[in-house]
Amino acid sequence: MGYTREQLLAHLQELRINFTKYDHPVVLTVEAQAKYVGDVGSALSKNLFLKDKKHRYYIISALPETKVDLKVLSQRLGLGKGGLRMAPEEALGEILQVPLGCVTPFALANESARNVSLILDQGFKSQESCIFHPLANDTSISLQAKDLNKYLMSIGREPAYVDLEANPRVGKDQPPDLAALVPSESIDLPDSTEKIGSLESLPQHHIPADPKPKEVKAKPTKAPAKVEKAKDKSLVGSIPPVPFSDAGQFVEEILDKTSALLLAEITGDSIKQHGEQLGSVVSKTIRKHLSAELKNLAVMFKNTAYTEGFSAGIHYQPKRV
Amino acid sequence: MELAGWQVSGKIDYDKLIDKFGCQRLDQSLIDRVHRLTGRPPHVFLRRGVFFAHRDFNEILDAYERGDKFYLYTGRGPSSEALHLGHLVPFMFTKYLQDAFKVPLVIQLTDDEKCMWKTLSVEESQRLARENAKDIIACGFDVTRTFIFSDFDYVGGAFYKNMVRVAKCVTYNKVVGIFGFTGEDHIGKVSFPPVQAVPSFPSSFPHLFSGKENLRCLIPCAIDQDPYFRMTRDVAPRIGYHKPALIESSFFPALQGDTGKMSASDPNSAIYVTDTPKEIKDKINRYAFTGGQDTKEKQMLYGANLEVDIPVKYLSFFLDDDAELDYIKQEYGSGRMLTFDVKKQLIEVLTELVERHKRARAAVTDEMVDAFMAVRPLPSMFS
Repeated sequence: MGYTREQLLAHLQELRINFTKYDHPVVLTVEAQAKYVGDVGSALSKNLFLKDKKHRYYIISALPETKVDLKVLSQRLGLGKGGLRMAPEEALGEILQVPLGCVTPFALANESARNVSLILDQGFKSQESCIFHPLANDTSISLQAKDLNKYLMSIGREPAYVDLEANPRVGKDQPPDLAALVPSESIDLPDSTEKIGSLESLPQHHIPADPKPKEVKAKPTKAPAKVEKAKDKSLVGSIPPVPFSDAGQFVEEILDKTSALLLAEITGDSIKQHGEQLGSVVSKTIRKHLSAELKNLAVMFKNTAYTEGFSAGIHYQPKRV
Repeated sequence: MELAGWQVSGKIDYDKLIDKFGCQRLDQSLIDRVHRLTGRPPHVFLRRGVFFAHRDFNEILDAYERGDKFYLYTGRGPSSEALHLGHLVPFMFTKYLQDAFKVPLVIQLTDDEKCMWKTLSVEESQRLARENAKDIIACGFDVTRTFIFSDFDYVGGAFYKNMVRVAKCVTYNKVVGIFGFTGEDHIGKVSFPPVQAVPSFPSSFPHLFSGKENLRCLIPCAIDQDPYFRMTRDVAPRIGYHKPALIESSFFPALQGDTGKMSASDPNSAIYVTDTPKEIKDKINRYAFTGGQDTKEKQMLYGANLEVDIPVKYLSFFLDDDAELDYIKQEYGSGRMLTFDVKKQLIEVLTELVERHKRARAAVTDEMVDAFMAVRPLPSMFS
């Protein structure tokens, strides 16, 4: 059976850990949580549940203002670039046994989470106390970092504090510094249709189809699910490729933009307004609006061609005499 | 580099600053002259007074008219990966200068400076320098006219010789006065200033400018760099070089207005070049300080306070169309337009800008960075 809030709180008391419990309406984001417990003198936490390509899972627990760059973390863990993703919704229920918006280090108490790696922001150590969800979204507890450590040790986990904003070089001579935190075993999530019966029961407060907790930059809010796509947009590499090395495509792009503007400008109204002058009016408009943009495209085209030439030049093998 | 006692807080009186520093106002006659000499409309930053002060810019223009070209020098301290719009401003203006005057440009990435002043390792600052170079290239610089270099890569040879020449002319007391060094500061910091001074001298770049020792240099920068380049201008004639000319900009306002400070650790104080359209929209709607009234009724009665309104200020940076901006100022100032509408307009403008930047950025490969940073001749740099 999934570890419950009551069981957790009882366990904390057994360990003689001092904590303060706050009840509030269900919250799904740090921002919402902040409304209720933002000024009790404790540091809030943002908690991410991540997975890598080999089905290994991680909880990153950090101060809201700490920048967590998944790309960097992925490299530091030795997963290459882009090896870390947000874990799918089902994983929250299956592995952590918590509802959406409730990722918390305490979820590691569950047997199903024994192979989940926990990475804690070293920023917590300098806080007087920190706030986490005790396995439920309508409660928050604040406790000292050292007490969190005590709890983690009691469930057989070694707390790992990391400078999450550090960005050490990872390369041939510099091994990934967090490689030790990668779980030794992966977790195979059964197909959603088979999950009944094989695992512990689902948590009480399951809230379907809602925002995933997620941050890439230091934001105090967990953004809605759409941000997953938007986040990809902000990863420069995944913008659709631009036609800067193909002359044909380059010209097509220019003609597309020009046509679009042309069509937008030639309307029933504008014909009536300008009559025979419409040609020169539209021509002026096109120049005004597109000149800078097309020049920029052309510069990038030129730079790309030059770069290719440069590359060829440095690899050039002189003729043997 | 940041300078001693330089606190940017509250409303800045730029006239006082010009008086205090002793530089000159960039007046309309100079702007008209630029228009004439370049045959194209002056850049929006000139028209709106973003670049508003200078030293010896008229001499640069005199020389240019005589047929003596010049080169541009600007730089970036790569302290973080995230660039915001304020960082782009000097580069956008420099690109315009490069295109309008058809002159070469050197861009210095002071990775050594950031390594010394921040808690960055050598490798990390080098990495950031390369990452920043990509955003800089994405601003549209012409590779046949642009040399980007990082201090860790380039210092040495002729560059270093000039560094020593400059260093010999500046006493320890002088740098303490300018930069506020104390006995606790490490010697790396104390000996850094010449590194940022010598790109002003063409002999620092023999692969580009050998034979052109008389070439003048124009430095677009933010006005807080003025005391620093005064040091360089002081030294130049003593070692037989032209003084570099400066063209200086005001500060880019933080989203929260005059009371706010733009800070890399507060993502809501600025718009970043990696922000998504939704993030831009949210930031402007939630955090932009406005001069609009609290209620619609009050707004229609009193109009907005354009002095403090951030959306209007941002539009004056990024909305190219003078007529459109004037219209917005009129309507908003008189109360006929609401803050919501101005913000909407700004969001559109910024989103287009950021998306365009992202596209350009995506096309910048590591090979392209290598090409820009290669020590190579630029045969067509003046054509």
